[in-house]
Formats: sequence, structure tokens, C-alpha cells
Amino acid sequence: MMKNDEIKRSPVVKICNISKSFGHVQAINDICINLFQGDIAAIVGDNGAGKSTLIKLLSGVYKQDEGYFIIFNDEVHKLTPELAISYGITTVYQDLGLVDTLDVCSNIYLGKEIVKNKFFIDRSKMLEGAKNLIKRLDINIPSIKVETSVLSGGQRQGVAILRSINQGGKILILDEPTAAMGVKESKIVFDLIRSLSEQGYTIILICHNLQQVFDISNRIIVLCHGKVTADINTVNTSEDEIVKYMSCLS
Amino acid sequence: MPKKYKYNIILLVMLLILIVVFSNTSPFFLKLYNFKNILDQSTINIIVGIGMTFVICSAGIDLSVGSIAAFCGVIAAFFLHAGISVPLSMLAAILIGAFSGFINGYIISVIKVNPFIVTIATMSIWRALTLIFTKSTPIYGFSSGFTMLGTGSFRLLPLTVVICIIVIVLGWILFNKTKLGYYSAAIGNNEEALRRTGVSNNYYKTIIYVLSGITAAIAGLIITSKLNCADPTAGNMLEMDVIATVILGGTSINGGKGTIIGTVISGLFMSVLKNGLTINAIPPYYQQLLVGLIIIFAVITSDKFFKN
Repeated sequence: MMKNDEIKRSPVVKICNISKSFGHVQAINDICINLFQGDIAAIVGDNGAGKSTLIKLLSGVYKQDEGYFIIFNDEVHKLTPELAISYGITTVYQDLGLVDTLDVCSNIYLGKEIVKNKFFIDRSKMLEGAKNLIKRLDINIPSIKVETSVLSGGQRQGVAILRSINQGGKILILDEPTAAMGVKESKIVFDLIRSLSEQGYTIILICHNLQQVFDISNRIIVLCHGKVTADINTVNTSEDEIVKYMSCLS
Repeated sequence: MPKKYKYNIILLVMLLILIVVFSNTSPFFLKLYNFKNILDQSTINIIVGIGMTFVICSAGIDLSVGSIAAFCGVIAAFFLHAGISVPLSMLAAILIGAFSGFINGYIISVIKVNPFIVTIATMSIWRALTLIFTKSTPIYGFSSGFTMLGTGSFRLLPLTVVICIIVIVLGWILFNKTKLGYYSAAIGNNEEALRRTGVSNNYYKTIIYVLSGITAAIAGLIITSKLNCADPTAGNMLEMDVIATVILGGTSINGGKGTIIGTVISGLFMSVLKNGLTINAIPPYYQQLLVGLIIIFAVITSDKFFKN
């Protein structure tokens, strides 16, 4: 029987010998990565290193040429976007995917509205659900009835993450979550990410800002020319070392 | 209070000001029969405007509504003259309206052609078919069971107004209480965001245009029964009046925002305006000029109002 700490440390996702090419370009080359519950794993690499390809493979958008996934102990060879979502793998893209003219509650439930009598939207249940979710994650949003267009960058990122969680997200892929944000707004996002990690969510970040990577992540996975050149605990490395890994120099 | 409701209140105040102005310029304006007239005349714009609200909110446009109205009126006329019952003839017309909308929606959403191009083409096609089927000659003479639709009353209200109220209520429920309304705004503002959630944008876009076709068909039936004549040139330029009504009502031409109540208040505003100008003997070409100016004014002010 597995002990508690062994259960805790069983990977929620195992990426097993995954390769992907586009024509003659080998975008991902025989990658193996284990992702654990509560991880805040930053994927870093130069342009063209394979970061976007990797997260698209993991979210089922691309189909791998070789290899497979083990997700919550299920071996998966053909991962589709619908299957990924069913496993709780959700992606928040850089553009956040929010509808600016709808309010926070409607955005959180976009595509997953609560319906009564098969036809009518149950607005009161959605409002209650949204309030509870915001309270649970301790996000500072002025009102769930305001249009998302009036929110700050950090709050909008919060709404996008809330939607992912509401969709059943347990493994959240965040693509450049603090792009174009100032220090204050980035802090809002990082506080939320830490809170999610503490609650057992697995966070995968794509981030170009190494300082932010060191601020927020507990693991750094470095890609270079489609290969993993480092998979290291953040406390055990430095920015200089990471840059060397990004350049395939170590 | 959400901005769209503030805008509706401003529009309502403008409507009341207009009523006060015309009450002072003509002794006939405030008469009961004139108010009934105003309500009756507003029904076509409002009914088609309900459908157009969904379309424009989804960042689309439907320029074929006038032609669909004429074609459906003619279809009903053919069925009635063939001895088919009034309810079945009306149902046939509405189904043709829905089908016309389906053609628009399918080409726009699945084949991915620009709505302006599609509906300008179908506007021409349905109008041409109407003229071909009727040989450019109006079809006259229907039973009282049919003409009652356009000329009858229910208690104090014209039957057209009762139908209009039913369409408003159904339209409001669909827009505010069902996914169709939510997704109209989502498609209009960020179609990709909705697609990523797994929702079929094509399905909802098609339904939106079907709805527009149905409202145009209802308008066609009302026009035909009022005139006791299926006129192949009926509904000419109807789309311009309807678009003006919807935009003035606060629905954004860029998509993403809309209100049914706004369309209704705006429809009444336009009807009061035209009625007041007519009663004060302002020639109809000046009224057309005014509609054009109102469209420009409405787009500029509603855009600025919602941006601020």
C-alpha cells in the first residue's frame, strides 16, 4: 500500500517519450516529464525551443508522432482537446479568451452555463457558484456583475483561471500569464497561482521573464531545440545556469 | 445600473420629449386613434428589429429581411388562393422565412462568407423570385380570416400590436434567459473564445439568422393582410429602417452588445417621429433624410456612450 507522501508524489501527468515534427522540423524530440500535484512548473526556452508545441500536445490540440501520456494513471495514446478537458487539463491562452461585453459570472460559465428546464439559463445558481469560486480562491474582483472589460489585467487573468477551474481544470496551463502586466498586477496573478498550488492544482507556466519564473515556480523545465535540457527545482539553480540550459550549453 | 439600461432610459426620455413636442405642434397627435396608429405602425420595425437585434449583436447583418418579408407574403397569398387554410398558409410562410434565414446562416457560418455579401445577394435573390412568381403583379383578395391579422383588434389594441407584444416577450426571453442571447453577444465580441469552450458557433449563428428570417416572415404576413394584397415590392428598404431602429436602440454595430427593450423603445421613437412629421405635413423624402441622419447619429452616440 502506498504511503501518503508516495501518493502525493505520484505524477498526475507523465509525458513519456513524446516526439512531434512538422515536416522536416523536429519540434519536440523524445521528451519525458513528470508533473506532480501542486507543482508550479515553468517551461522556459528560447523562441522555437518547443514550448508552445509541448503545451499544445498536452492539451490535445496536436497529436504526437511518438510516445504517450499517463494522466491520473490512465495510459493515453490519442489525446484530444475534449479528452484533455475531461482529465482536467485546461489552457488559459495569452489572449485570455474572455468576452469583454459579458460580465464576470457569464465569462466564468461560458460554454458551461447552468440550465434549468433544459432551456433556460439559471442565472441565480451561476451567480452563487461564481461567488463561491471567487471566495474559495480569494480573488479580488469588484463584482461578478461587471463587464470584464472594466477589470484590470490581473483581475481578467483571474477570471480566465476561474473559468478553467469551473470547467473542471486540475492541471492548468497558463501561457504567459503576466504578459504586458505591471508589477502590481503580476503580483495579483502570482498570489492566485500560489493559492491554487496550495489547494492541489498543478500549474504549468510558459514564461519568458526569468525573474518571474524564479519568483513563482518550484520547478523549471528548460527546452532547447525540442529537447529537455534541464528539469530542476528552482531553489537548486540560478538564472545564469538556466540561460546556459536554454542555449544548449550545459 | 448597467450602462445599457441607462441608455434605454435616455432613449425613453427622448421619446417622451418627442411626444411633448408633437403634442404642441398638432392637436391631432394626442388623440387615441393616433396613438393606436403609432403603435400599429411601429409593429413591423419592432418585430423584424427583434430578430435583427440578435444578428447585429453577433456582429452580423441581415439586409435580406425586406425581400424575405415580401416573398413570404406572396407565399401565403399563393397558399390562400389555392384554398389552403389560413393557419397552414401562415405556417408555410413562416417556414419559408425560417428556410431563408437558414440559407443565410449556413453560408455565413459554415461556408464563412461575409454576412454583408451573403445577405445583399439573398436580398436580390428573394426579391427576384417574388417578382418572377407574381410576374410583378400584386395578388389581391383574401378571406377576412387572414386580413383580420392586419386590421383586427383584440380589446382596445390592434391585433398587430398583440402579435408584436408576443414577439417582444419571446424575443426578450430568448435574448436574456437562454444560451442564444448569451452566445449572440459572445460571438459578436470574441467568437474564438466561445469556440474554445467547445460550443458550436456555426449552430448558434445559423439559428440567429433563422430567427431573423422568421421575424421577417411575420412582418410579411402582417403587411400582406393589412393591404389585403401581396405586393412583390413590399418591404422595400425595410432593412434600413430596421437597422436604424436596432442601432438607435443601443445594439452595437460592432457586435457584443444589445437590448431587446432598446429595440422596442427605439421602434416606438421612430414611429412617433414619422407620425409626428406626417401629421405636421413634412414631406416623406425629408423623413427618409432624417432616418439616414438618425443612423449616423445613433452609431456615433451609442459608440461613444458605451466606450465612456
